[in-house]
Amino acid sequence: MSSYKIIDHEYDVVVLGAGGSGLRAAVGLSEAGLKTACVSKVFPTRSHTSAAQGGISAALGNMGEDDWRWHMYDTVKGADWLGDQDSIEYLCKEAPAAVLELEKYGVPFSRTEDGKIYQRPFGGMTKNYGNETVQRTCAAADRTGHAILHTLYGQALKHNTEFFIEYFALDLIMKDGACKGLIAWNLNDGTIHRFRSHITIIATGGYGKVYYSATSAHTCTGDGNAMVLRAGLPLQDMEFVQFHPTGIYGHGTLISEGVRGEGGYLVNSKGERFMERYAPKAKDLASRDVVSRSIAVEINEGRGIGKEQDHVHLHIDHLDPKVIEERLPGISEASKLFANVDVTKEPIPVVPTVHYNMGGIPTNYKAEVLTVNGSEKTVPGLMAIGEAACVSVHGANRLGSNSLIDLVVFGRAAAKRAAELVKPGMIHDEIDKSETDRCLDRFDKLRNSQGSNPTSELRLSMQKTMQSKCAVFRSEKTLKEGVDEIRKPFEGMESLSVKDKSLIFNTDLVETLEFDNLIRQAITTMDSAYHRKESRGAHAREDFPKRDDENYMQHTLSWCNGSKTKINYRPVHRSTLTNDVQYFPPQERVY
Amino acid sequence: MVQFNLPSNSKIKKGQYYKDKTGSKNIRKVNIYRWDPSKNENPRIDTYEVDMDNCSSKVLDILNKIKNEIDPSIAYRRSCAHGVCGSCAMNMNGKNGLACTKSHSELDGDIDIYPLPHLKVLKDLIGDLSTLYKQYESVEPWLKTTKINDKENIQTKEDRAKLDGLYECIMCACCSTSCPSYWWNGEKYLGPAVLLQAYRWIIDSRDEDRKERLKKVADELKLYRCHTILNCTNACPKGLNPAKAIAEIKKMLATA
Repeated sequence: MSSYKIIDHEYDVVVLGAGGSGLRAAVGLSEAGLKTACVSKVFPTRSHTSAAQGGISAALGNMGEDDWRWHMYDTVKGADWLGDQDSIEYLCKEAPAAVLELEKYGVPFSRTEDGKIYQRPFGGMTKNYGNETVQRTCAAADRTGHAILHTLYGQALKHNTEFFIEYFALDLIMKDGACKGLIAWNLNDGTIHRFRSHITIIATGGYGKVYYSATSAHTCTGDGNAMVLRAGLPLQDMEFVQFHPTGIYGHGTLISEGVRGEGGYLVNSKGERFMERYAPKAKDLASRDVVSRSIAVEINEGRGIGKEQDHVHLHIDHLDPKVIEERLPGISEASKLFANVDVTKEPIPVVPTVHYNMGGIPTNYKAEVLTVNGSEKTVPGLMAIGEAACVSVHGANRLGSNSLIDLVVFGRAAAKRAAELVKPGMIHDEIDKSETDRCLDRFDKLRNSQGSNPTSELRLSMQKTMQSKCAVFRSEKTLKEGVDEIRKPFEGMESLSVKDKSLIFNTDLVETLEFDNLIRQAITTMDSAYHRKESRGAHAREDFPKRDDENYMQHTLSWCNGSKTKINYRPVHRSTLTNDVQYFPPQERVY
Repeated sequence: MVQFNLPSNSKIKKGQYYKDKTGSKNIRKVNIYRWDPSKNENPRIDTYEVDMDNCSSKVLDILNKIKNEIDPSIAYRRSCAHGVCGSCAMNMNGKNGLACTKSHSELDGDIDIYPLPHLKVLKDLIGDLSTLYKQYESVEPWLKTTKINDKENIQTKEDRAKLDGLYECIMCACCSTSCPSYWWNGEKYLGPAVLLQAYRWIIDSRDEDRKERLKKVADELKLYRCHTILNCTNACPKGLNPAKAIAEIKKMLATA
């Protein structure tokens, strides 16, 4: 192994990732007086939170009566009873304060006539336990994520958070089952950095890029998830991948659910508003898994639009152009750019597109990472938040606008918990050189790959397999084929080709490291999906069309070593956090 | 007449030529600026023949195609691929923009791709934006208010509308790096991107620090190096108007 220049750092807490959750945690940690480093492979405002459009949910009741318990019920139902109700209670109860805090930070929310935060209807968000639509989703036009991300970066600057920007994290440093920090590669100058910390908070987002067509950014490669797998820890509920009903056909760009919230609707080739058949009450505002499946059925049964009959239309041309201009300016721009459509005159061609990972690193509501050893236990020194984490508040299917609130509520919770566990200036453990060597061995091996398979080819093969074998509808046959096929790109790494050997902004190597991260998550996703023989939320099995609470009201845990996985289960939490609300027992899920 | 010459190690040389291997009848030549800091070589222009029959519509699609199929060593930033993260700002046929929203059909002839102008180049198309980020920090981009309660600030629709055209900025730096005044005085002049952000907080009705904020930018170099050249507004890929924001700041100072 060639020798690398290693630079050591000591911090009370290291946050990995500078999107919405990472920044919110960093702000809280800095406020608590902890020496905090925030490490990110991209400049904070480039994070994928910037792409969130429609809004952030919280029962503020600015636009009609609302109650956090109704929000909780909707979330439990949206999750198809796979969410942990203690965590969901925490999320929904804390949500209003978290949104008001964002407003105080300066987020430019749209306003009501009386100057309060504007709230719009969103899929699955109802009044009085499923009775009628409620306006709960707080919005800054259709650029809510962008507005929140920039504002949180400003707050982090205010609190003098120390940033390490364009550092690519390689691996966690583990000792006796506890996390002691992480190792990262500085793309700016090619040096290797070893961060020792009492707590490491993973906030690296989702891994949408295992699929060929996704609304996710190129950088959504779930690097933190893969680091956790390499540390010998499990990921949870990886089979639950959300397909957003409305990605622009052919390009995958997101068209916000806020469009349907503001009155947009879907039609098939016969001009029918087909959602009325699938969800008589909620119609186009049923939850995302339901709408995506309905579109897939329409297309499969020959009622799709276009030469290939492979998409449907989303109409907003009936809306007042002024409403579009004020509340949906971003999607007007995106539709023009990527579908060449003037939304005031023509429908937008859309198709269900991979959008969000409900699964991720298992945690409790305090953001502490869980593993299983006889019973549930936490991993000392390790936390996870945001899309990377599986708290689990989204269970089998996330409701729109529940992700942004997840970021700030649990970002805040992580900072609070860390401040309880760590006192400023505590002494750091010595760590064995072997951890660093193991990490740099992998790095060096990938960097010096001299084989014949370019990373881009292996990635494409992985993405195509996921797209065809682990899609909206799944079956024993497709998944069995998928389980075999998805291992081929992994085996292809035996003869990997990396052309660029340099260390400064070597994006060939970055993409290779990202692929190495993605493929492990693709394998755990496929295997987890194969083993879940029921339909629940986003996981729809044609051969097991019913939910099976007796056998599968459990979280899937998947470990991955090389291409070998181990699947196990842990029970869903069937109790609430406090007596402020009663447990919602499983019901049939109809919209 | 004074003659200016680039230092010899900055002169751009002709680089490699990558001939099409697909047999495509629809070829476009793409010239890309290359520079590797780890090699002791001058910058060069590599030329790639790209099969346009199998390439999506944006310049970023061309770059991804080249990186995936022809030359994996080429370095550029990219992330969201739909114009909200601001990563892939670069200079295409002489004009700054986002590679992910720029259609190659709008560019005539061979396509020339360079890093954003007048930045220190870190590698290939990746420029060093650290000065701009420090300047952004200097305008204290956070809400300053003394109100402590658990209710939201009330802001009228009209006051909120004043933030439209400002808060949408994605900090891609297309504007600042198109500004000749920023080229000459980039260390001291804040430039259009940062002044637009400064104005975003100055004009926010919830902010209580307007006077101080104005005072802080009212400086010969920080603000008044803007000579209304308007390259910034012309360059903005989000259709924002930084020049107008700067003019508003000047007006507020003049009428204060």
